[in-house]
Amino acid sequence: MGLAEGKSIPKIVWPLMALAAILLFNLILTDNFFRITIRDGHLFGSLIDILRRCSPTMIMAVAMTYVIATGGIDISVGSVLAISGSIASLVVWGGSTDYLAGDDTAIYAAVGLIIVIPLLASIALGAFNGLMVSVVGLQPFIATLILMTAGRGIAQLLTGGKVLNFSHAGFEFVGRGYLFGIPFPFILALGVLLLGLAITKLTPMGLYIQAVGGNKSASFFSGINTKLVILFVYIFSGFAAGLAGLVMTADITGADAGFMGLYMELDAILAVVIGGTPMEGGKYNLKGTVVGVLIIQTLTTTILTRGVPPEYTTIVKAIVVLVVLIIQSKKVRELIEHRNLLKAVKASEAV
Amino acid sequence: MKILNKLGISRRSMPLIATFVVFIALYVYGGVSYRNFFSSRVFFNLLTDNAVLGITAVGMTFVIISGGIDLSVGAVISTTAMAVAVMTQAGVPNAIVIPVALLYGTVLGLLMGFIIEYFKAPPFIVTLAGMFFSRGFGYVLSLSSVPIVYEFYAKASAFGIKIGNGRFTVPGIALIAVIIIATFLSRRTKFGRNIYAIGGSEQSAVFMGLPVFRTKILVYTLSGFCASLAGFIYTFYTLSGYGLAGIGLEMDAIASAVIGGTLMTGGYGTIFGTLIGTLIQGLIKTIISFNGQFSVYWIRLFTGGMLLLFILLQKAFVAGTAGMKKADG
Repeated sequence: MGLAEGKSIPKIVWPLMALAAILLFNLILTDNFFRITIRDGHLFGSLIDILRRCSPTMIMAVAMTYVIATGGIDISVGSVLAISGSIASLVVWGGSTDYLAGDDTAIYAAVGLIIVIPLLASIALGAFNGLMVSVVGLQPFIATLILMTAGRGIAQLLTGGKVLNFSHAGFEFVGRGYLFGIPFPFILALGVLLLGLAITKLTPMGLYIQAVGGNKSASFFSGINTKLVILFVYIFSGFAAGLAGLVMTADITGADAGFMGLYMELDAILAVVIGGTPMEGGKYNLKGTVVGVLIIQTLTTTILTRGVPPEYTTIVKAIVVLVVLIIQSKKVRELIEHRNLLKAVKASEAV
Repeated sequence: MKILNKLGISRRSMPLIATFVVFIALYVYGGVSYRNFFSSRVFFNLLTDNAVLGITAVGMTFVIISGGIDLSVGAVISTTAMAVAVMTQAGVPNAIVIPVALLYGTVLGLLMGFIIEYFKAPPFIVTLAGMFFSRGFGYVLSLSSVPIVYEFYAKASAFGIKIGNGRFTVPGIALIAVIIIATFLSRRTKFGRNIYAIGGSEQSAVFMGLPVFRTKILVYTLSGFCASLAGFIYTFYTLSGYGLAGIGLEMDAIASAVIGGTLMTGGYGTIFGTLIGTLIQGLIKTIISFNGQFSVYWIRLFTGGMLLLFILLQKAFVAGTAGMKKADG
C-alpha cells in the first residue's frame, strides 16, 4: 500500500492535463489563439475573452465547491441568477416597467442601489435554501429544487415576462468594463475566490466545511455548529449567484427572466466535479474548480473560434466531460495504481 | 396514529395519501369555481396534455428509487421527436422510423447506465453529459423546426375514443398503459423488487447476491426508453421536431416523482404516486388557464409551492420512521 500511495498522482493533475491538451491543440492548430494585443488600453485576444466569458460560471462554481464539500448541492443558482438580474434591471428603471409603454421619464437609479438590492435579495434566497437544508433538514437537491422551480416564476413575474433593456453607463461597467486592462467581471471572480479563501483559510470555516461533508454527526458531536456551517455555504452560494446575475445583466444590458442562467447551475456543478471535488462531499479542491471552469470555457471558445458549427458544441462538451470523468474515476485510478504497484514489485525483485 | 394502524395504513404511505387528497381537493376546487371543469373533456385533456411528462416521470421514478438520477430525459424527448421528423422527411418507411426512434433513448440509457456502473461515476454528471450529447445530436439533425410529413402522425394525433364530451386520445391511452405496465413491473417482478432493494441499501443488495450491476444498468435503459416513447408521443402534439423542445422537463419529471411521495434517497416510491404528482402539476396549469387572471408565470410559483408543501409533509411523516427505513426498506 505504501508503495502505491507514494506514487499516487495529485488529483489536480488530471484536470490540468485536460486544460493543457485543449490549449496545446490551439497552439498548434488555431492561428493567433495566444496573441494578446492592447486595444484602447485593454488587453485583447482569445485568452482574455475566455477569462471574461467564464467569470459568471467561475463566481458560482467557487461557491458551489463549498456547498458540494458539505455534501450538498445547489441547483437553484440559475434561477437566483435570473431573479437578481431581473431585480437589477427593474431598479435601473426606478422599479417600474412604464418605460415599456413609452414613458421615458423613468428615473435612472444610482449604481450602488442597482448592485446592493439584488445582492440582498440573493442572500435572502440563499438563506432560504440554507434554512431548508440545515434547520428543516431537507435533502439539498430537493430543498434547492423548490427555489429552482419557483424562482424562475418569480423572476418572470417581476419583469412581467418581458425582456427589460436599459443603458446605464455606471452599471454596465460591472459586466463590460476593464480595470488595469483586465475584464472587470474576471476581477470580480477573483474577488469571490479570494473572499472564499479568506473565510476558509483565515477562519476555521474551511475545516468545519470538510468536517460536515465528511461526517455530519461526528462533527456535530465534536462541537461544530453544523447548522451554521450549512447555512453559511448556501448563503454564500446565493450571494455568488446574485453577483453572477449582475455581471450577466450588465453585460447584455437587459434581463430575460425566462432564459437567463438556464442550465448554468449544471455548468457550475460540472466545473466543480471535473475539478476533482467528489459529489459525496468532504475534501474539496478549489484550484480544481477554477481549472474546471477554464476547461469548459476554453473548450467552448475553441469550438467557436475554429468555425465548428455551433450545434457540435454540446456534443464535444459531452465527450470531454466523459473523458475527464472516466480518467478520474475510481476504476481507472485502481488500474493505474495496480500497474504502479506491479512495477514497484518488479523493480524490487530486480534488485 | 393508532387509528391509522388499525385501518392498515402505515405512516410511510401517508405522503401518498396526502398527495391524493390534495389532488382531489384541487380537482373539487376547480369544479366548484369554474363552469364545465367537471366535464369529461377537462379530465381527458388532463391525461392527454400530461402524457409526455407522465411517461418520462415513470422512467425517472425507477431511477430515483434505485438511488440515482437521470438529467438526460428532456433532451432525449426533443431529439427523438427530431429524429422522427428528419426520417419522415428523408422518406424512411414508418415501420423503421418507430423502432429507431424508440431505440435512440434506450441505447443512450444503456450506455449511460454502463458508464455509471462500470466506472462508478456519479449519475448526476454522466446523465448531464448524456443531456449535452442528446441536445447536440438534435441540433446536428436540424437547427430549425422540421415538420413531419407522414399522414400516420396527423391521423394518430386526431384519433380519440369519444367518452362524454371528451376524447381518450393516443397519448392518454399510452400514459395509462405505461402506468399499468410499470406498476406491474415494480410490484410483481424480481426486477422491480431488486430496484427497491438496491435503493434501500446497495451494499445489502450486493451481499444478498442480487444482480446489482445488471439491474442498475437496466434502470437507466428503462428510463431512456420511457423518454424516447414520450418523445415519440410528443410528435402527435406538434407534428414536428424542434431542438429546444423539452427544456427543463427533467426537473418537472423529478418534481412529479417527489410530489408523488418518492424519496430522493432511493428505496421508496410508487408509480401511482408519480401519476398523481404529474396530474397535480397538470391541474395547476388547467386551473390557471380557467382562471384567466393569473399569468402563466404563476404556474412555476405554484408548482414550487406544491413541492415545498409535499416535501414538508413527507418530512413530518417519514421522520418518525427514519430509524425503520433500513429495516423495512
